[in-house]
Amino acid sequence: MAKADFEVPELKEYIEVPEIVEGTMAHSKPFYAAPQHNTDLGFPGELVDNWQEKALEKMDDLRKRYRSFQVYLDSCVKCGACTDKCHYFLGTSDPKNMPVARQDLLRKVYRRYFTLPGKYFPNLVGAVDLTKDVLDEWYSYYHQCSQCRRCSVFCPYGIDTAEISMAAREIMDSVGVGQKYCNEIIAKVFKIGNNLGLPGPALADTLEGLEEDVFDDTGVAVKYPLDKKGVDILLITPSADFFAEPHVDGLIGYGKVFHEAGVSWTLSSKASEAANFGMFIGSYENMRRVSLRIREAALELGVKRIVFGECGHAWRVAYSFLNTLAGPFDFLDPNYPVPQHICEFTYDLLQKNALTLDKSENDDMTLTFHDSCNVARATRMGDKPGGQFEIPRAVIKAVCNNYVDMHHETIGEKTFCCGGGGGLLTDDLMEVRVKGAMPRMTALNNVIQDEGVTHMAAICAICKSQFTKVLPYYGMDMDQIVSVHQLVSNAIQLTRKTEPETPGEVEGAEAASETDTDAEE
Amino acid sequence: MSFLTIVYALLFYAATAILTLGLAYRIAVFAKTPAPLKIPTTPAPVTRTGVVLRLFREVAFFESLFKGSKWTWIFSWMFHLGLLLVLVRHVRYFVDPVPMPLVLIQPFGVYAGFAMVAGLAGLWARRFLVDRVRYISAPSDHLMLLLLLLIGFSGLMMKFVSHTDIVMVKQFFRGLIEFDWHNLPLDFPLIVHLTLVATLMIIFPFSKLLHAPGVFFSPTRNQVDNPREKRHIARWAKKLEE
Ligand code: HEM
Ligand code: HEM
Ligand code: SF4
Ligand code: SF4
Repeated sequence: MAKADFEVPELKEYIEVPEIVEGTMAHSKPFYAAPQHNTDLGFPGELVDNWQEKALEKMDDLRKRYRSFQVYLDSCVKCGACTDKCHYFLGTSDPKNMPVARQDLLRKVYRRYFTLPGKYFPNLVGAVDLTKDVLDEWYSYYHQCSQCRRCSVFCPYGIDTAEISMAAREIMDSVGVGQKYCNEIIAKVFKIGNNLGLPGPALADTLEGLEEDVFDDTGVAVKYPLDKKGVDILLITPSADFFAEPHVDGLIGYGKVFHEAGVSWTLSSKASEAANFGMFIGSYENMRRVSLRIREAALELGVKRIVFGECGHAWRVAYSFLNTLAGPFDFLDPNYPVPQHICEFTYDLLQKNALTLDKSENDDMTLTFHDSCNVARATRMGDKPGGQFEIPRAVIKAVCNNYVDMHHETIGEKTFCCGGGGGLLTDDLMEVRVKGAMPRMTALNNVIQDEGVTHMAAICAICKSQFTKVLPYYGMDMDQIVSVHQLVSNAIQLTRKTEPETPGEVEGAEAASETDTDAEE
Repeated sequence: MSFLTIVYALLFYAATAILTLGLAYRIAVFAKTPAPLKIPTTPAPVTRTGVVLRLFREVAFFESLFKGSKWTWIFSWMFHLGLLLVLVRHVRYFVDPVPMPLVLIQPFGVYAGFAMVAGLAGLWARRFLVDRVRYISAPSDHLMLLLLLLIGFSGLMMKFVSHTDIVMVKQFFRGLIEFDWHNLPLDFPLIVHLTLVATLMIIFPFSKLLHAPGVFFSPTRNQVDNPREKRHIARWAKKLEE
C-alpha cells in the first residue's frame, strides 16, 4: 500500500454520506503558477494591486458573456439535493466541498456587489466582501472540484458547479493568481505542441519504436505514421498515449484497428495533444487557441476525417466545443461526424463484422468499465442519447469474455469521478485526489470482492493516470487499470499483411480510398 | 374610504409593478445573455421536441430533484402543487364572472392549502435536521419559508376559523383593476395575509425565487445535444474569428 501523510479513507460496503466536519481540507491548495506561465497565457504574472476591482470587473464581464454563470448564480434555492453528490465531499467531509457550498463561495461575493439584497442586507442573504481570505478560499476549493458535473445531474435547475469553478478560475487568472499545473501545461502546448513537451523528433522516435514492438509481437508491419500528408484520418490523442502505461497499449490498439480497417491515417506533430486544459481554467480564448492547432493540422495534412483517441475532457472539447471553437469543418468528408471517437470508429467496424477478434486473448481478466465524467455527462457517441455508455461497453464485450458493471448508482450518468480530473492531476493535490477517489474505489472494491473483477477499463488519459497513482493507496495494484483499446489490441487478429496505401501518393489512389471507405461502411 | 384601504391599494399597485417589471427585467437579462458553448448535461435530447419534453418533466415533475433526493422531492412537490392549485383558486378574486373550470376546482383547493403548508413544514424541517442543509441555509432561506408558511396559515385561518367578507375582498381587487376603489374589510387575518403577499411579490425578483424563470434558461437543461451537426457560436465569440 502506498504511504500517505494523510488518512486514506477506509473502504466500506456502501458509500456513506459523512457528517460534515468543517475545514478538513482548508489547507489543500495547488502550487501557484510562476509569473512566466501566467503571462504566456495572456494573464498578469502576479497578483495585481487593484485585484478586488479587477476581479469584480471580470465577474461582471463573465456574467454578461455566459448565461450559465448568470442563471446559476441567481437560481439556486439551497434545496440541498446536490450536497451529497460530490466525491470530494464524500471523501473529505469538508462542507465546502458540497457543490452548493462551493458555488456559494463565489455567489456570496456576487450577491454583495451585484444584487440589491446583498448590497443592503448582506447578513440576511449571506453576502460577503471580497477579501484576501475569500480569494484564498476560492483558490483552495475551486481546485478541489474536478468539474465532473455529477452535481448538475441532480440539481432541479441543472446548476453545474463546473461552470462556476471554471469562472472562478478565470477570475483568479485574470488578477494574476494562476495554478501552476494547468498554466504551465497550456504554455507547453503553445510552444511545443503537447502537454508533455515532447518535441516532433522525439515523437517520431517513439512511434518508430512502437512499430518495431508491434512487428516483433505480431510479425505484421502496422504503421504509426507522423505528419503524413494526404491520408484519410488525422488521429488526435492525449500525449500520455505516446509512452505511459497503460495508455500506450491503447495507442497500439488504435493503430491495429486502423490497419485492419484499411484506412490511411496519421498523427500530427503540430497537434500532438488531444487534451485541452483551456477548459479547466475556463478560458474560452485559451481553449480556442489550443483547438485551432487541430484545424490547422487537418488543413495542412489534407485529411478527410478527424478521430480522437481515449481522453475524457478532450472528448468533451472535441465533441461539444470543437465545431464552435475551430469550425466549420466543411473541408472534411461530410459522410462522417467531425470529430469521431475512436470507440465510435471501432464500434462501426464491429457492426460490419470487419474485425477478426479472439476474445480468449483477454481471458486472464475479468473487466469492469469506469465511465469517465466528461464522456458520460458532457458528450455523446453515436446517434442516440446514451451512446457514450453503450458503445464503449459494446467494444469491450466484443473483445472480452468476462465483463461486469459496477453498481448502477456509480456508473452511467451517475458515474463517480476518478478524483483527478479538471486540472487536479498533480502531486501537490495528492490528498484530495486520493480522498476524492473513495466512491469509485468503493464501487470497484465491491465488484472485485463479489464478482471477481480483476481489471477496470477506462477511456480517459487522466482517469488512467489517476488510477495508476491512487489504486495502491487503497491496497490495489496500479496495473489493474487498462485502456479499452488495449483490450482491443489484445484480441484483434491482424489479417492484412501490408500497410494501406496512401491516396494521393500512389497511382490509382482514388480507387484505393473508395474501397477503403466501403469496407468500413 | 378608509385610510387602510388607500394604503393597501397603493401597496398592491406598487407590489404589482415591482413584481412584473422586476421579473420582466430579470428574464430579459437571462434571455439576452449568450450561451457561448454547448453544455447540456448528457444524455440529452437530440431534438427541440426532446428538449421541450425534458423541460416539461423538470417543471411538472422535478425529474432531477427526484433523482437527487426523494424526501426533498416529496415535500417540494407537495408544496408547489399545492401552491399552484391555491393560486389558481385565487383567480376568482380577480375575474368576473368566474369561468367554469375554476368553479370546478374550488373543492380541491381546500386540500391544496394544507398540502402547501405541510410541504413547507417538511422543507423547513430539513433545514434543521439535515446537517448538510443546515450548513448551506442563510437566514433568508429560513425567512422565505416562514413567509410562505404564514401566508398559508393566515389563508387557512380565514377559510376555517375567522371568515372574512370574500365579496368585499373581491370588490376591492376588482376595483384596483378597474380604478374604481372599494373598501377592504378590516379583518386581522386578511390584513396579515395581504401584507405578507405584497412582501412576497416585492422580494420575488430579487431573491432565489428566480429559480422559477431560471429553470427555463438553464443551458444544461434547455440545449439540444447536436454540436457536431450544427455549429453553435455566440456573437462575442464570432468576433474573435475576425
Ligand atoms: C416554474 C415554476 C417553478 C418550479 C419548476 C419550481 C421548482 C422548484 C424546485 C424543484 C425546488 C427545489 C426543491 C425545494 O427545495 O423545494 C423549489 C424550491 C422552492 N420554490 Fe419553487 N418552483 C417554481 C415556482 C415557485 C414559485 C412561484 C414560488 C413562490 C412563491 C416558489 C417557491 C419556492 C421556494 C420558497 C423554494 C425553496 C424551498 C426550500 O427552502 O426548501 N417556487 N422550486
Ligand atoms: C392579492 C392576493 C391574494 C388575496 C387577495 C388573497 C385572499 C385570500 C382570501 C380572501 C382567502 C380566504 C379564502 C376563503 O375564506 O375561502 C385566502 C386563502 C388562502 N390564501 Fe390567499 N390571497 C392572496 C394571495 C395568496 C398567495 C400569493 C398565496 C400563496 C403563496 C395565498 C395562499 C392562501 C392559502 C393557502 C389560503 C387558504 C386555502 C384557500 O382558501 O385556498 N394567497 N386568500
Ligand atoms: S462538478 Fe464534480 S467535483 Fe465539482 S462540485 Fe460538482 S460533483 Fe463536485
Ligand atoms: S441542487 Fe441545485 S438548487 Fe439545490 S442546492 Fe444544489 S445547486 Fe442549489
